[in-house]
Amino acid sequence: MAVAEQKTSPQAAQEHTSQEQTWHGIVLQTLKRNDIALVPYVPDRVLTTLIKNLHADPFFTTFPTAREEEAVGIATGAWMGGMKSAVLMQTSGFATLANVLASLVAPSQIPLIMFVSERGTLGEFNLGQSLVCRTMRPVLDSLAIEHHTCTRLDELEFICDRSIKQAVTTQAPVALILNPLLTGGKVFDK
Amino acid sequence: MNAQTKPARNTKVMNRFDITSRLVGKLKNEEAVIGGIGNTNFDLWAAGHRPQNWYMLGSMGLAFPIALGVALAQPKRRVFGLEGDGSLLMQLGCLSTIATLAPKNLTMVVMDNGIYQITGAQPTPAAAHTDLVAVAIASGITNSAWAADEEDFERLIEQSMSAVAPTLIGVRIDDKPGTGTTKRDPVQIRERFMLGMGVRQPL
Repeated sequence: MAVAEQKTSPQAAQEHTSQEQTWHGIVLQTLKRNDIALVPYVPDRVLTTLIKNLHADPFFTTFPTAREEEAVGIATGAWMGGMKSAVLMQTSGFATLANVLASLVAPSQIPLIMFVSERGTLGEFNLGQSLVCRTMRPVLDSLAIEHHTCTRLDELEFICDRSIKQAVTTQAPVALILNPLLTGGKVFDK
Repeated sequence: MNAQTKPARNTKVMNRFDITSRLVGKLKNEEAVIGGIGNTNFDLWAAGHRPQNWYMLGSMGLAFPIALGVALAQPKRRVFGLEGDGSLLMQLGCLSTIATLAPKNLTMVVMDNGIYQITGAQPTPAAAHTDLVAVAIASGITNSAWAADEEDFERLIEQSMSAVAPTLIGVRIDDKPGTGTTKRDPVQIRERFMLGMGVRQPL
């Protein structure tokens, strides 16, 4: 695909390539390649550029929801109507999801694709955030939900692409945790 | 609660199963119906199973977000969301999301008895003072109204089917429990629904 684009539009290909060199560019392009057009989210500082670029791309229907479980409900309905989606949130937002994961997503076998921007580790300055972060993986593990912590740019496309395809083909949810090693995270700056 | 503090109502108190049956009786075009937790989906089940019905067994408050997802995925199909008042109270923010996305193929019905019937009929915090249709209007769903009686409900349903914006219909209901009990098989419910939505082929 990249080769064909280079032939038709070198400039577009260059932009495409530079986009792909950032973590958010890789996530956006991987969503697109997997025909994931619906992206409801609750915003996070780390996700700002990704969200901005999703809004700027007419391929995507992306919008904020009031709560993370609302986004999960929308993604579930869309899947049952034949449309693939991914939801974006922060660690503390994930912590509100135990009920919907246990009572809707897991028992209904919904291939929910979650991108979670990880706060609470590697330089966290808010005690509450660091505590809530510790609840995330135990909740995922207790429901046997597949999850990967993305720390390296060179692994990101592989992890995202394979995880999305596995979620869809096995009809099982997955959480892709975007670690500060990948994103830079949010640091104390005041 | 002092009767004087209760809001003035000119709407008839109806029955959930009767209202649900009237809605289902009007469906001729494989419309999707998303039934919220508990009695709301029990009465949808009791009104007669259709492949386009989906019954929510957990995740209280998510009937409208799920209905929104179906409506976004299938813009040519009419989608109905049925929800209880206590459930909607858990997820009022979804009304703002729906108002913003404004899918014209979405009709929401709120069954309002002011109580958590299934847990022992305790009053909801909204029972005495909150007008859920007014909340919906203030959230931006301007096409929201209380059904005055059964005939008015049917009229509002028909009106919604050709509306250019999402519709919310409030129905005051009695304190009766659900008429049936949905078979609790979430995978089969989801699979049958996806067949009904035409996004799956049987093996």
